[in-house]
This record gives sequence, C-alpha cells and structure tokens, in this order.
Amino acid sequence: MAILSKEEAKQILEKVMGFSTADSLEASLSGSGRGNIRYARNTVSTSGFNDDISLGVTANFGKKSASSTINEFDDESLKKVVKRAEELAKLAPENPEFMEPLAPQDYKESKTYFKSTADISPEYRAEIAKKSIEPAKAKDVTAAGYLEDTSGFSSIMNSKGLFAYSQESEVEFTVTMRTNDGTGSGWVSRDYNDVNHFNGAEASAVALEKAIMSREAKAIEPGKYTVILEPAASVQLLGNMLYNMGARQADEGRSFLSKKGGGTKIGEKLVDERVNIYSDPFNDLVPANAWNGEGLPRERTSWIENGVVKNMSYGRYWAKKQGVEPVPGPANGIMVGGDATTEELIKSTKRGILVTRLWYIRTVDPQTLLYTGLTRDGTFYIENGKIKHPIKNMRFNESPIIMLNNLEELGQQQRINGNLIPVMKIRDFTFTSLSDAV
Amino acid sequence: MRRREFLQLAGMGVGGALLTVPLIGNAVDMDRLLENPIDVLEKKRLADIGLNAAKANGATYADVRIGRYLNQYIFTREDKLQNAVNTESFGVGVRVIANGTWGFASTLDVSDAGIQKAAETATAIAKANGKIQTEPVQLAPVQSYGEVSWKTPLEKNAVAVPLKEKVDLLLSANAEAINNGANYVNSALFMINEQKYFASTEGSYIDQDVHRIWPNFNVTSIDPDSGKYKSRQALSSPMGMGFEYMDPRASSKKEGPGGTMHYYDRYDMIEDAGLAGKQTREMLKADSIKAGKYDLVLDPNHLGLTIHESIGHATELDRVLGYEANYAGTSFATLDKWKSKDFKYGSDIVNVFADKTQEGSLGAVGYDDEGVQTKKWDLIKDGVLVNYQAIRDQAHIINEDESHGCCYAQSWNDVQFQRMPNVSLEPGKADYSPDNMIKDVEKGIYIVGRGSYSIDQQRYNFQFGGTLFFEIENGKIKGPVNDVAYQSNTQEFWNSCSKICDKSDYKTFGSFFDGKGQPSQISAVSHGSATTRFDGVNVINTARNI
Repeated sequence: MAILSKEEAKQILEKVMGFSTADSLEASLSGSGRGNIRYARNTVSTSGFNDDISLGVTANFGKKSASSTINEFDDESLKKVVKRAEELAKLAPENPEFMEPLAPQDYKESKTYFKSTADISPEYRAEIAKKSIEPAKAKDVTAAGYLEDTSGFSSIMNSKGLFAYSQESEVEFTVTMRTNDGTGSGWVSRDYNDVNHFNGAEASAVALEKAIMSREAKAIEPGKYTVILEPAASVQLLGNMLYNMGARQADEGRSFLSKKGGGTKIGEKLVDERVNIYSDPFNDLVPANAWNGEGLPRERTSWIENGVVKNMSYGRYWAKKQGVEPVPGPANGIMVGGDATTEELIKSTKRGILVTRLWYIRTVDPQTLLYTGLTRDGTFYIENGKIKHPIKNMRFNESPIIMLNNLEELGQQQRINGNLIPVMKIRDFTFTSLSDAV
Repeated sequence: MRRREFLQLAGMGVGGALLTVPLIGNAVDMDRLLENPIDVLEKKRLADIGLNAAKANGATYADVRIGRYLNQYIFTREDKLQNAVNTESFGVGVRVIANGTWGFASTLDVSDAGIQKAAETATAIAKANGKIQTEPVQLAPVQSYGEVSWKTPLEKNAVAVPLKEKVDLLLSANAEAINNGANYVNSALFMINEQKYFASTEGSYIDQDVHRIWPNFNVTSIDPDSGKYKSRQALSSPMGMGFEYMDPRASSKKEGPGGTMHYYDRYDMIEDAGLAGKQTREMLKADSIKAGKYDLVLDPNHLGLTIHESIGHATELDRVLGYEANYAGTSFATLDKWKSKDFKYGSDIVNVFADKTQEGSLGAVGYDDEGVQTKKWDLIKDGVLVNYQAIRDQAHIINEDESHGCCYAQSWNDVQFQRMPNVSLEPGKADYSPDNMIKDVEKGIYIVGRGSYSIDQQRYNFQFGGTLFFEIENGKIKGPVNDVAYQSNTQEFWNSCSKICDKSDYKTFGSFFDGKGQPSQISAVSHGSATTRFDGVNVINTARNI
C-alpha cells in the first residue's frame, strides 16, 4: 500500500530540504492505492489495482521558481530532483506574482481516513458487483456499475519549517440498471470515507426500482415546471457556482459575481434568503483535508448566508494585492437543508417533476452561470401529491442563481460526491426540449 | 463537485471556460524529454519475456506494450509565464487471454523480473475472472507484421524547440490580443509524444513515435459600464504534427465570411489572437439573436464537434452493446438499425468515414494498440448507416473478419479498448465555397469555432453553441450576433443537411482530451469536414438576467 506514515513522510521531506541551496524550497509528497471493479451486461468486464507515490519539489531563487518531480526515494534520487528544480529555476523568467513560502501553520485534524476502506479486497469488490447483477437478472434488468476505492496520504513541507500531513480514504459506487425491453433506466450513486457505511445491496435496489418504475415513459411538453431535485440532480449546478466564487475573477470583471459599473456582489443578496451554503472540512459526514495545496489551513467558511454573498475565495497573491487575508477555496460543499423527506416534498406538490439526476451539464454562458444538460435514469411526473407516471427525459437550460431564487422548499440532506446537499423543490425550472434517450 | 480525474494546472479564463487538463505521468525536467532510455532491440527482448511468461502460465494470447509518454504543457497569462510542466511516464502493460477471458497488469518496473511478474499477474486475473465469464473472447485474425516501425511525419519536434521560443510566441500572441482591445488573455501550448512499443503472440513487433500539438488561448474583453464580458478561444486545431504547425504560411489560410480567418495545416497564433481581441470587442456590441428556425452554415472548426458527439460516439460498438451504459451511455444507432441496411442517418449527400490514417490528424498511427494496421472505412454511405467502430474482440459481432484498427490506451498503465478513430464528413463533389453558400441562404446563422456542447446518453438530443456567430439575411452577412445555441435531434439534423462545400474548404477539427471508460481514459481525435449547410434548425436565445 502506498501510504507512508507521518514520520516516514517527514523524514523524506526533511532530507529534501537539506539537499537544497535555493533561497527557499517547497516540497509535496503524496501517494495512494486505488482498486476498482467494472461490470456491464450483467458480467464483470474489468478490474484492477494501482498504486503510486510521487514527490514534487519547487525551488525558488528570488522571484524565479521551477518544479520537478520524481517517484524514487533513495538519497541520490532526492538530490537529483532538488538539483533539477534548482537548475530550471535559475533559467526561468521572474514571476511578478511570486509569493514567498508560507510560515508554519497550526492545523486541526480532520478524520478523513478509515482503515476499513483501505482494507477493501478484490473479493469484496466482486461481492458488490454480484449484489447488483443477481437482483437485476432476476427482474429482467441489465446492470452496469463501477466501484472504486482509494486510500492515500498527502504531505507538504517548506524551508520555512511548514509541515502538513493527512491521510484519506474513500469508496465510490455507481450503478445503472436498464430494463431488457429498453424502455426503463435507473441509477444510484454512493460515496463514503468509511466503507462500513456503504450498503451495496441497498444502493443497487434503489437503481433497480427506478429502472422498473421508469418503463414506458410518456412525453410531456417542455416548459417551466416545479421540480423536486434529488441531491444528485443539483450537486453539479451548485458546485459550478461554488467553485466559481473566486475574488480575482470577480474583481477583474469576468464572473457572475462582477457588478455593472465595477466592483463585486459581495454582501449583496443573490438568492432566496433560505439558502445557506458553506464548506467545512471537519464535518463528520463529509470530512475533507484541513489544509490546501499552499499549506493554508482550511476553516469552516460561509459562502452564501441567508441568500447573501458572504465570502469569495482569495489566493495568497490576490489577497496581498487587495490587502485582505487569503481565503482558501472550498474542499466540500454543504447546503443547509430542512426536515422534509423526498416523499413529503412529493406529497405537497400539486403538479411537478421528480428528477433523479441531471447529466452532460455544460456551460452555456459563464456570465449568468447558465447551464444546459438533460435529465437521466428516472424522471417522474407528480400530480396531486403522487408520482403519476414516468416521463421522457428533457433538456434544461437553467442557472443555479435563478434556480436558488425560485426555491420552494428545502428537504433533508444527503451525501453526494463528498458534499452534503438537500433535496430541493424549485418552481419554474426551465426545460427546453424533449429527448428520446432512455 | 470535485474533479478528481483532472489536475488543474492553470485557469484558461473563468467560469465554464476553466480548462482542466489531465496530467499523465510525472513531471520531469526538459532534458529528460530528449533522452532515449531504451533501444528497440532491448524492447523486443523485454517484450518476449512477457509474451513467453504469459504463454507459460496458460495464456492463449498476450500482448506487451512498453510505453514512454512525454508531455510538455506551457501556460501563460497576459505578460507572464504561469507554468511550464514536463512530464514523463515509462512502464509496461501486459494483456492476456486465458480461459477465454481478458486479464491485464502493468508495472513501472521495466526489467526482466518486472515484466515476468506483470505477465503472471495478468494471467492470474484472467483465470480468476474466467470463472464468471459467459461469452469467451473471440479475436478477429490479424496479420503478423514482423518488426516494423511508424513515426508521425514531422519537420520539427516540438519538445526539442527551446522553451524560450515557445514562451515568447505565447506572450507575443497575448500582447497582440491586448493591443487589439482585449482586457485579459490566457494561452497554452500542449505537446505530446507517445513512444510506444507493441509486441504480441501473433508475431508483430511494432515501434511507433507519435507526436501531437495544440496551441490554444482564451481572450476576454470587458465592458465595465454594462458589466458584460465576452471571451473567445483560439481557432487553431490540435494536430498530429510537430512545431511546424506554429509557423504561419500564407498558402495555409483563407479569409472567410464575416472577416473570419481560417487556418489549415499551419497556424498563425499571433494573428488569430489579434483577431480575437477585435472580435470580442465587437461581440460586446452585437445584437442578441431572435429565437426561431434558421438555416445554419457551419464552419469545419465548429462542425467537427457536432460530428464527434452525434456520429463519432453514436457509432462506437462498445456503446451500442452496453459496455459504457454506466458512464458515457449507450447509443440510438442500434444493431437492428444497422442490419436493416436502410436506416437514414442523414440526407443522401451525407457520407461519413472513419480513418486512422489521415496525415496531420490526431488519430493517425501506423498500427493501433493491439497491433492492427490502420485503415479507412465507411460509417455512413449516401445517408445510410453502414458500419461501426470495432476492434479485434468485436469484429465478429458485426460479421467482419478483421478489426478496424481503432484500439487505444492512454498509457502503458491502462488497458487498451475501443476508441474513436478520426470520423469525418466527405466534402461535396461540385465546386462550392463558403461565400457561395452564404449567398444562397435567406435567413441563417454562420457559426465558427467550438462552444458549449451537450448531448443525451443515447445521442439523440443535442444543444451546441459556438465561438463566433454571424446573422445571414438574404444572402449577406448582416453582422455578429450573440446568445446563440441550436437544439436538434441527431437523425433530424443530419437529414436536414442540404449542401456541403468542396474539398478546398476541407479541414480537421480536433478533440484533444476526449474521455471514456471507468477509470476514465483520454484520447485525441480529429474530425474533417468542409463548411456545411443545415436547413431549418431550432435556435434558442441563451441570454439571461441574474
């Protein structure tokens, strides 16, 4: 397994520091082991495991810097990688945006590593595949799925004495179930740091039920509809908003947070006042690394508070130029939810659409964060508080900003791709065309 | 939300234009890119160790790929070099069939013992998975080529060009954009070299040296009064060429409708950046399109992506069969449609071919990654679906007795599988230029360059944007317009194809980082076409207020 302990990592990095003659030196050492199994057509298609460790070194002379990387760790190799970076740095042009390495920082610990996940065996992976394939076969359905488990470590050190180390493990699972008559498709996604929380049979059953429920979908007219977005349907739209909240782009006038006549929308109301989005590496359900690539400690950071833009992210250079403290970008996204279950949201809906997921999402206009994409793997029409029938997939053109202004109700949160997102009821969600795809 | 498969090296612009690129291999310094660590005789000796070990362990077939993958990426913004990254990845992958089942293992230990062990592991995996195999692998026959080699025809190895020369070119292009009115510009140069050695138990030993290059930029102009900004990417195309692509040549460019410039087998990055500065300024003042039906005149540098998404992916046989169902999806172009021999994919003038041979294209190689000599074949003939993209273990499914030669792995570390060859639209036979085409359109839009693209998981419904849009009224370009996206259904769209310009307008568009598979692998592919007209396509207006 490619996991070095804190002491082993520290020892290698200290040696690297000792071999340098540069004005300053920064180094990162990380490694991981990744195992996977893939299946389709109700049989296993491929499986594999790979692991690797890599060391990156950046040498600085004045405002000149350059990097070099290696994956051998004997003394000669360590000397070589430092020398290469130093030689290249001397040749590099000065970077006016160069920042001195960061002084030592204090980090709180975030529990991101679980031995249970690191111990996943090929037999376990095969068992998960079997728990999809067998129930699918029994219902005249074909399963195609993928399970990947990763465990690894990251560490950084610089010549000013900064040192950070963390370990992380994660398991991710998706399965698509398609009915053999070709008219129904269901899907599910699960991810955890601790595999003990994962129930492969339960997950596969959700996808299988959606596949069967979605058979022989009816077409409805595209247009504006009230939608209930499961967390997997909204996560990417919300992420696209959250990860575009950089201060530099906004200050430069090329962001959805830039304002007419100059300036930014910081402190202004952007979306419905019930919307609160923050990131927090110490959340037990979605733990994330407590420091970023520059060595800055990550704290709980509020991005949207009561619908108002609370923070934008600042890299170290831009923060210095603007005379503010750096704000590391989010390592996860947490949107505050409500108490309602998905079933309760359906019950309170007169006419609407339940959306399992949105797919092939692409930017149409970065200025308004307008995105397009399609529903997939389980889209249902709701009438008078009940799921009436499956409907054909539709293309949407929508901005998360408009969507969050049209918020009707927030439901319970779920973990999705390392984030906590509530199920949401949104009015006037814009569908622009029908798709024949199942 | 996280983009774990991609390392973000530098931001190309902002918002959705953020460019994330996969970093294959470890970063190394410049000198390493020019070293030759292992000669062909040694590679043959090592490969034979792997083949023999696999056979000794019970494999009925084996192939060994010894690969050295070198990349150089350079990123700049305005007058600054942001990053220059050199990467190298060296190792060996062994693929076997045992008990009728595939097995694969790879190692960065390219030694006798390392290869021997990888071959044993691959065979053990094949035997283990063989227990649940219900359809034994059937390989189409392939010729034994003996010891052969192939190299991308090139004049200048891009990696050997001094770093300073490349950085200076990017910074000059940036300056030209700013001088022509732009506020911001990011530019990048991607250079790829795959040194691949393939050997199989079929008796082939194939040494290949493959080169690719892609210059790109993102130029942004801002209007502080309105708070609006407009960006455009380069109208270059990624190519299977050396650094000679970056040497402008008057005979390799043509002025097109609307004051546009079109580059063929040579690119003028500085000129294009200057035009981008001007055009983004003009876009800030342009009208917003009125939604409705328009005849579309699509430039090859735009149409390439539409071909890629609506024909290229739809005719991949593994998608058709369901192997990609959980990721990229399946395909509407099902086997029954192909068997009917009369499925009208497009109008009678639509002829689409696949190839891995066109010089200068991204897909061009002598042999694919399972040792099959490359070729050209038809996918759509006179509008009818006639074939798919298939590799050795798929050929029997479509009643063919040879592979199409389109098997590819992104590195030694990944197993090879069916990947899209170049998929191109044949130009029209009669003399017909883009200017002629514009003259014949009453109400239309001329679209140049790639934009936003989205298509469903069976490749029916799509929506595409573009880089530059010009409204056409009564046979004349009226001026630039904004907020254009067109929506259609693949079959309906290709059946509305009414005119194709002649071969003098034919050129390739390229997709440098096409993704497929789990774990995801990238591949590079070109799409050739001439400017083409589609009648009565639904255009939506994408302007919003937030």
